[in-house]
Parts: sequence; C-alpha cells; structure tokens
Amino acid sequence: MTYVLNTERERREMLRRIGVEKVEDLFQDVPAEHRFPDLELPPPVSEVEILQELRFLSEQNADLDHYLCFLGAGAYRHYIPSVVDHILSRSEFYTAYTPYQPEISQGTLQAIFEYQTMICELTGMEVSNASHYDGATAMAEAVIMALNVARLKRKKVVLAPSIHPEYREVVRTYTQGMNLTIVGDEDPRGDLAALKGLVDGETACLIVQVPDFFGRIPSLAVLRELADAVHGAGGLFVVSVDPISLGLLTPPGEYGADIVTGEGQALGAPLNFGGPYLGFFACREEYVRRMAGRLVGQTVDAEGRRGFVLTLSTREQHIRREKATSNICTNQGLVALGAAVYLATLGKHGLRRVAELCYHRAHYAAQRIAALPGYSLLDDQPFFKEFVVRCPRPAREINEDLLDLGIIGGFEVGNVCPGLDDCLMFCVTEVNSRDEIDELVEALEEVGS
Amino acid sequence: MTEPLIFELSSPGRCACFLPDLDVPEADLPPAEWLRKDLPLPEVGEADVVRHYVRLSQLNYGVDIGMYPLGSCTMKYNPKVNEVACRLPGFAQTHPYQHESTVQGNLALMYELQEMLKEIAGFDAVSLQPAAGAHGELTGILIMRKYLHDQGEVQRNKVLVPDSAHGTNPASTSMSGLQVVEIKSDARGNVDLEDLKAHLDDTVVGLMLTNPNTLGLFDEHVEEICRLVHEAGGLVYADGANLNALLGIAKMGDLGFDVMHFNLHKTFSTPHGGGGPGAGPVGVVAKLAPYLPGPIVEMREGPCEACGSEEGELCFHLVMPERSIGRVKSFYGHFAVMVRAYTYIRMLGAAGLREVSENAVLNANYLRVLIKDTYPVPYDRICMHEFVAEGRIEGAPDVRALDISKRLIDYGFHPPTNYFPLIVPEALMIEPTETESKDTLEAFAYALLKIAEEARTNPQVLHEAPHNAPVRRLDEVRAARQPILRWKPGAGQ
Repeated sequence: MTYVLNTERERREMLRRIGVEKVEDLFQDVPAEHRFPDLELPPPVSEVEILQELRFLSEQNADLDHYLCFLGAGAYRHYIPSVVDHILSRSEFYTAYTPYQPEISQGTLQAIFEYQTMICELTGMEVSNASHYDGATAMAEAVIMALNVARLKRKKVVLAPSIHPEYREVVRTYTQGMNLTIVGDEDPRGDLAALKGLVDGETACLIVQVPDFFGRIPSLAVLRELADAVHGAGGLFVVSVDPISLGLLTPPGEYGADIVTGEGQALGAPLNFGGPYLGFFACREEYVRRMAGRLVGQTVDAEGRRGFVLTLSTREQHIRREKATSNICTNQGLVALGAAVYLATLGKHGLRRVAELCYHRAHYAAQRIAALPGYSLLDDQPFFKEFVVRCPRPAREINEDLLDLGIIGGFEVGNVCPGLDDCLMFCVTEVNSRDEIDELVEALEEVGS
Repeated sequence: MTEPLIFELSSPGRCACFLPDLDVPEADLPPAEWLRKDLPLPEVGEADVVRHYVRLSQLNYGVDIGMYPLGSCTMKYNPKVNEVACRLPGFAQTHPYQHESTVQGNLALMYELQEMLKEIAGFDAVSLQPAAGAHGELTGILIMRKYLHDQGEVQRNKVLVPDSAHGTNPASTSMSGLQVVEIKSDARGNVDLEDLKAHLDDTVVGLMLTNPNTLGLFDEHVEEICRLVHEAGGLVYADGANLNALLGIAKMGDLGFDVMHFNLHKTFSTPHGGGGPGAGPVGVVAKLAPYLPGPIVEMREGPCEACGSEEGELCFHLVMPERSIGRVKSFYGHFAVMVRAYTYIRMLGAAGLREVSENAVLNANYLRVLIKDTYPVPYDRICMHEFVAEGRIEGAPDVRALDISKRLIDYGFHPPTNYFPLIVPEALMIEPTETESKDTLEAFAYALLKIAEEARTNPQVLHEAPHNAPVRRLDEVRAARQPILRWKPGAGQ
C-alpha cells in the first residue's frame, strides 16, 4: 500500500507516451552498480498495526496526562485552549507551504501579519519576523544580526551567565567559524551587573535572559544599566524573554532592548518532547533590513483591496544567496499561527491572568517548600514561575523518589551548574492546581529524609 | 473577499479563554515599575476567534485542495494517520528534560528513525536534531569544516556550489564563515567537470551538490565528481531536497557523498505547515560521525545503570558525539515531525518507498512530455522527480512565467516554482510528486496548453490573472517600498 494513485494500466500508458518500455528505464543516469539497492527496512504495516505499535511505544513513556509535572527549564506546560489545535488542523493551513503565491495564501499571510503584530505588542518592539526554529536559534540569529549591524567590525559577544545553557551552546555552534570572542558566561551563577565591565568598543551585543534560566527576574535598574552600557559602547542590547511573563512584566522595548528573542512554545504548542517549538524575533525598525527570516507586509491588490505579501525578501537566501542575512528558508509557520490563535484566544486579559496564576501559584509552592525541614530557596530575588530549591538529599535521588509517587519533579540544576547537585528547579504554571502543589509539598516532605 | 484583522474584531471586555480561579493566596507582585502598564492584544470571544481563522483558512490553497507542483518543495499528500500518530498523548505530553528512563518510547522511535534513514541513504550515522533543510546544510558544512580542521587542514576555507544550487547552499556556507565559489553547469545540465577541476585545490572544504539537481536531472558524472573532490582532499555534501527521486533507486552514501540532509517534510510526507515546521536530519559517513550535532540516540543492552534496564533488555539513551560541532538547537529536534516520518516509512516499507520514487519520476516525465512542445524544456532528457520548463510562449512575447503561473491559479492549480533555478530564463520548475494521478497531470497539462493559447489570443487575461482568487494580483513593489509590517490602531483598512 502506498499513497500513489496511478494504476498499473495507467503506468503502462504513461510509459508508452514517454517512449520507454518500463519504469526502470527512467533511471539510466544512475550508475548501474548502485541502481536499485536493497533497503533493509522493517516490513510494511497497515494503519491498524502502526497505530497499535505507536500506542504501545508512546505508552512506554511517563506522560504528563498521567504524572504531575513541575519541570520547566525552557519547555513549559501551559493550558492550550482547544481552539488552537482545531485551527491548526485545518488542512488549508497545514498542507500549504511558504506563501510564495500571495493570491492563494492570504490566510497564512494575514495570520502571520497578525502574529508579527502580537509579538511586537508583547515585546514592545517595532518589527517582528515570521519565526525561527526555536528560542536558541533565534538568539544565535540575533548575534549574527548584531555582527552585521556592526558591519563585521566588532567581534565580541557578551552573554549573561544566566541564559539557558543550551542557548549559549547554540550561539557558539552557529558562530564557530567566525572568530568571535564570547565572554561573560563562565560561571552560570555569576552576577548580571558585572557584565557591564566586559562591554567595550569591540562588543557587537550583550544578551540577557528575562526571567533568567533560574526563574529570577533581574532588577529593572540593572537591566537599564546594562542597556546603557552596551549602547554607550555602540553595541546592541538583546533580550531573550519568556512570552508568558510578558503578560505581567515590563516589555524589553521599555528598558532599552534592540532585539528581543525567545522561545514561543509556551504560546499554545504542546511539549512534544522538545519540538517543534517557536523562535520569535523582534527588533527596532532601523535594523529591519539586517533581520533574518520571512517578513509579511501589507499592500493592496489590483483593485485596491488590502492584502498581504512576503516582503523585503532581498535580505533572503533565495534572492541574495551568499550575501543573505541568514540561510533560513523553512521556518515554524504553523507553530507561529498557533501562537497567534493562542494570543487571540487569551487576549488582553487572559494572558495577564495566566501570568498572574503562574506567579502566585509558583510563590505559594516556593513558600511551602521552603518551610519544609531541610529545604530552602537558593535565591532571594524576585522570580516568575520557576525557582531553585536546595534539597536535603541529592536532587537526583529526590527526583527518583518523586517519580515513584507519580510526580515528575524539578530540573536537576547540578546538570548545568557544578556544585549544585542538591538543587532542583521547580516550575509551576496555571495548570498546576493548589491540590497538585500540596501533593508535591507532601511528597517532598516524605522523600526529604 | 477580505477578512478584517483580528484586532479589528476586538470588542473591549470580550474574552475567549476559560481559566481556573486563583486558589492560593496572592503573593506580592514585583515593584510596580517592573510591571507592564498595558497589553494591547485583541479582546474577542471564542466564536470570533474560530470564525476568523476558519475564514482565513478558506483564503488558502493547500495540498488537500489540489495539485501543488512547487518545484523542489515536494508537496506530496500528507497522510492523515501521521497527524493522529504525532498527537498520541504518550508522545505529545512528554517533556524533553524528563529522565531518560521515563521516555524510552520516544527514544526508541528516534533510534529506529535514525536507523531507517541511515539505511535509506546509505550513511553510517544520523543526527535528527536539525530543524529544517537549511539548518541541516549549516550543520553539514560545520561538520565538514571541523573534521578538516581536526586533520590539520585549517587553510581550507572555500565551498564549491554549482550555479543551479538552491539559495540556501551559498547562504549556509557563508553563515559558517566560509567562502562560496560558484561552479558552472554544462550543456547537459550536469556540473561542468572542467570548471570543477579548475577550482579544486587545498583551500577547498568541499562541494555542495543537489542530486538530482534543481533542473531535475541526475548528474551523469556524480561518482567522478565525488572522486575528484575527494582526491583534492575535500568532502562532498548532498543537498537532500530532491531525495524523493531516489528512495530505493540509489543511496547517496554509495554514490560517494559524505554528508546529506534529509527533508522529512518533503520526502517523508510530513506537512509543510504553511512554511514549516519541517525537519532536516543529517546523515554522514563513519569518519564524520563523531562530529554530528547532538544529542543523538544510542541503543544499549542491559543491564544499564543509567535507566535500570535489566540483563537482556534493550534501552535507549541520549549521547553527545565525541567531537560534536555542538548543539544546533535546543533539545533533540522536531520530535512530532519525526513521529510522522516514522509512521510513513513504517507503513510503506522498502517496496513502498521505491514505488514512491518510481511514480514521482514517472509523473514528472509524463508531464514533461505532455507540455514540452509548447513550453521549451532546455535540458530535454529523461528527468527525475521534477523538470524545468521555460515560461516563454511563441507568438506571445510579452507574456512572462509569472503571468502563466498566476493564470494557473484560475484553473485551480498551485503554480510551479518561478524564476528558479537562475540558469533557466523564465523558469517554471515543476514537481508533480507521486501522489498526483494521471488524470490530474493531464488536467494540469491541458490548463498549461490552454494558457499558451490564451497568451497568443488574449494576453491581457494572463497579465491580469488571477481572476478567481480571493484577491487580485498584489502590489509587491509597494509592500517593499513602504513597508507596513504590523497593524497599528487606527490604521484603517
């Protein structure tokens, strides 16, 4: 069984018309000794069987429908309104491709135009592109853009130590051939304010994450000082944000950001074991021609009606080839559409409400856990929906015991910060009810001794 | 037939979400100046949202509506079982940082997919991490660069790219800090061997080759090309965008390629999502395996301390290859896309995959033969899964490829890729895929022939096309000259 439609008879008629005898004759250009190799693959299965197989495989996992979960660290479980997947399942959306033919792609184009607008509103920026692969690659593209804004004359990048460790790694992967000096993140628990001292005339950009990897909200005064320092040195200030936190917190546009990136998975995408997620990317208008990725712009049709097209594509690889701002082609269109539907559904008040629920419930959880014997909070700084707890036993053991009680515990901080093997970072969102939090607290008490 | 923007549907006080009540004491919020004053998102009800986006969907054309012969994009039918599979809660509701012992199902699937992709393309190792084709290219070039550096060949800084290549090839090269050198095509659409030889020296990292190339032609000297590049100390990268022609037909590894990216969203039927997400796994020969981005999945035999698997049990773990170029994105790749591709490969098996490529190639050749007397095909030989025709019609000098494309919309078809590859004037790059029937191909050819007739008798109807689309031709120049990239309150329609 395949999804091919041609019947045997039709195939014969087509071959005759082409002027060859059999289908193998179409492959004469392939070197004979390598033609038609055997593929050793498992035997094909029916739809019934594959779904049985996949159900079996998927049930080997401990999924979050069956376990309580307090794990975050860059991938978050939030409430996804039913509307979102309903819209994403419209095959007019998901079976289309990049809207190269705007006259029959107005659905995608307008939705992305709306998405761009919402990302601008959230971040306080002037322009947003149509998406990157994820928060990490969006940050790497921000670095490349900052280098280009500096016309490749600046070779230094300052990274806050409290940026997601995988994002910092991706920045280094992307730029490994560019002879950059990347500094600032040697000690993952290092002081944010100290970054000022690293900024100089060589600095293309300084990047911070808000809230940071450990859930902390940096002081607005410190963020403004960092923005001033890097602007004073002629570089760009880049901020990576959790978009849910922007339901509550001051948008980076108001404290000096030139580029705002982030992981948009929280905006309506399931956890999906890490992907596909959504990199969002917004910046000040003056840099738009250095921006990577697709951009949708408004225009008019031949009858003067409003319509939308891909625009400023002279930045892009299909026009500029090696001089393009990036190589990105396929992006995260459908996930961006999902984010737009999510933000429309939550709206002005809903997103604020979600952010508040996260905030209050996380603080309730933190307060209760910190009151348990042997547990304490590592930081005394304001936080949003995540916080690090020092445990009375190694974090790994606590997590193992929690799992036996049906709870997927926190992120084991020691995996990224040497010396913090007794620390767990918990994430609490609007989907974790008070009952769930209380269950976690009781479990922690039980497994703490 | 225009739809208001969601912002224009906003009515203060409306809300479409149902959130839980606050059931814990309120904590003190951060200082007031840390809090945003306003959040200008739309205020709409659930029915508003649903109707708005359903109406927008109706302005779109997708593979589920009709033939979408966008060259090099492999717009094949997306099986519905894939959509069911990737939404199974056991997959969708798992967190990437869960302990490995709790996600053995996911890791087993990823491992099997790595194995199947290795077998299909003849490579020794695969990383599933890259997010898209271009991302796979960047990955591949970084792997080549780092491998050569480790060999002490630090002077190698050039990548050869044929003039027929996708724009992503040169863009990926310069993103990795290397220089692009363009190689010419010969009169039969192959890489020009003389031009290639002239550029091969010890500054060359390697060659990026799309095979079949963007003319839809299988390079007749592919083995020799690989041999020449290897002799010069370089490596050969295969752009797997056109792999739909070669499933069970030839393995890239056997032909001499060292690295290749797969496009799961092209070859393996996962949907294109209106621009993405796709997935761009990368396969390599053994000597490059330590350089893959990761983590990738490794199979172990129990007993295993890490996950508690017992003697005789198999278990799966995430490992970072030894000399890895590093992560190319967070986590492990587009897992939900992998589930779809896995489903597809398992359902088709080896024979089914070969049938896919045979019919993709058969369909392209049939269509080529049906239209070539009217639309010149510059490199007119048996093609693979796609071909490039010239959108120039005798007796209609003012008609351009774009006019033909826009007129095809009126006939109910998505246009082919326009103006690419750059080496063919007025290019119409046509890839029907295996999931179109003989009848549909004939209807498409009939439309093209009819359009050629119209071009001679009534060219205006082409210049003004489309006539039946939700909007008429859009002013792209205006969009670029006076960019409006977001809605602003009071902007009006």
